[in-house]
Amino acid sequence: MIVPVPAPTVTPPEAKRGEKLPAPISVKQVGAKPATADQASSGPAMIVQGLHKSYGEQKVLNGLDLKVGSGQTVAVLGRSGTGKSVLLRLIIGLQKPDAGTIQIQGQEITNANLEQMNEIRKKMGFLFQHAALYDSLTVEANVAFPLRRHTEMTAAQRSERVQELLASVGMEADLQKMPSDISGGMQKRVGLARALALEPGILLLDEPTAGLDPITSGEIDELILKLQEEREVASIVVTHDLHSAKVIADRIVLLHEGNAVIEGTYEELEKSTDEFVAEFFKRDS
Amino acid sequence: MNTHADIPRRYTTDDLAQPFAALRSAAAAVWNPLNSLLEWFGELGMFIWQILRSTFRRPFEGLELLRQLDEVGSKSLPMVAMAGAAIGAVLALESRHSLIQFGAKSLLPAAVVFSIIHETGPVITALVVCGRVGAGIGAELGSMKVTEQIDAIEASGVNAYKLLAFTRIVACILMMPLLTLAADFCGILTGWIANTLAEPIAFHKFIHAGFAGTGFSDFLAPTFRTMVFGLIIGVIACFQGMRSQGGTEGVGRSATSAVVLSSLFVMLADVILVKLILVFFP
Repeated sequence: MIVPVPAPTVTPPEAKRGEKLPAPISVKQVGAKPATADQASSGPAMIVQGLHKSYGEQKVLNGLDLKVGSGQTVAVLGRSGTGKSVLLRLIIGLQKPDAGTIQIQGQEITNANLEQMNEIRKKMGFLFQHAALYDSLTVEANVAFPLRRHTEMTAAQRSERVQELLASVGMEADLQKMPSDISGGMQKRVGLARALALEPGILLLDEPTAGLDPITSGEIDELILKLQEEREVASIVVTHDLHSAKVIADRIVLLHEGNAVIEGTYEELEKSTDEFVAEFFKRDS
Repeated sequence: MNTHADIPRRYTTDDLAQPFAALRSAAAAVWNPLNSLLEWFGELGMFIWQILRSTFRRPFEGLELLRQLDEVGSKSLPMVAMAGAAIGAVLALESRHSLIQFGAKSLLPAAVVFSIIHETGPVITALVVCGRVGAGIGAELGSMKVTEQIDAIEASGVNAYKLLAFTRIVACILMMPLLTLAADFCGILTGWIANTLAEPIAFHKFIHAGFAGTGFSDFLAPTFRTMVFGLIIGVIACFQGMRSQGGTEGVGRSATSAVVLSSLFVMLADVILVKLILVFFP
């Protein structure tokens, strides 16, 4: 049962404003356009309609609808196995939906071929649940990977940009380390720096704070807030961390049995009388 | 007196259920492996199609190709050379004994050279590369797959088939003839050494006698058929690696199946290619 909740007015949560993020790179340098204020006014960054996905007999997504505006952060919550990560994988095109449509900045992607999809992917940054850093490359080379592939930057420009990105996630001292030599939290930060390398207009974050200590989780939350504020990045954050969702998300979507049972601000969901929603929030408190 | 035994028994659907169940399980026992095999070939076909589609499109991944040429070529060279050398020595020792029995000792250099360049060199090289490179590619790509590194490459807008599979397959194709040459050379050299230890003969005389009845086509076709072996090793190893599932156990399975399947397909291809070579280069 879907509990209708009126669309919230976006109220960015309080957060510390620390160092500035690195300056945006120019459009000429990157194949994909960075997010701009124009995009914010040109409609939703992502529209998901009637999304279905099954694995054999198991229905994971069952007609899911979701809209994310430019500059908005939507947290997707739900029990394990309700299709949260699958939703992100469908949006980035790593898997194809059984039915339904996905529009990224106005472009329908479900029927896109590999080349078209790769162009669309340049507009998106993806942070994997376990960071998925390339284990044969150093931290620096990991962050430089998208820049090397999709920009015409010189080695010096690339190096400068990588340092800026790593500084923005507090990893500037670990440039030459291998992923196996840094902790899980540090890997997540590097993964986030890599996801931000091409100035994406859309960020997809799969459990960015899972398995991290509260301080590191808070730092990652702060970083997401900064991106939201400074770059108008549209984000979908899949998380089990209700506190993090409360801090970073403009809206929260709660998935159950492959569909959204409720959508609204944290406060609105907290007050919900729906049994499943109440149970979900009660466990956290 | 009538007894119950005299009354004809009426057959029910329950009586039919048992043989039908047995028939169903027998059909499943045949169909399931067949279905898996067809699925495997179908997925392999799609994998090859993905690589073919990306072959002539930019970027051509030159740097990665160079790295893979080094990985497949230079790093396999010592092992291939040793295997070739061992086979050459064994061939010389074994053939010498047999040829003496038939009074054809003078044919020993020709027997060693012919055997090495025609069959032993190419096949031994292919099997060594199956083991070293096939297992390496299967394990590396399998590990990348289960840790979502391949997904991360795709998510960043890079064609993973081209970057990871195409470069490795091309490296295997290009390096196989060169490695075969090295194996042939080492085999002939140790064949001569083994022969010389028993009955001294000058190297140039051994080579002259060995290549006396050998034409360019004897050398060219067998050596270049190893490009097909390279294609098989590269495709099978990359395919098995990139479809890896199930954590570290899955990576192990990918590495093993990459070696086993590529060795098997190399053997099958060898039979077909030898026949074709005999037809086109009689």
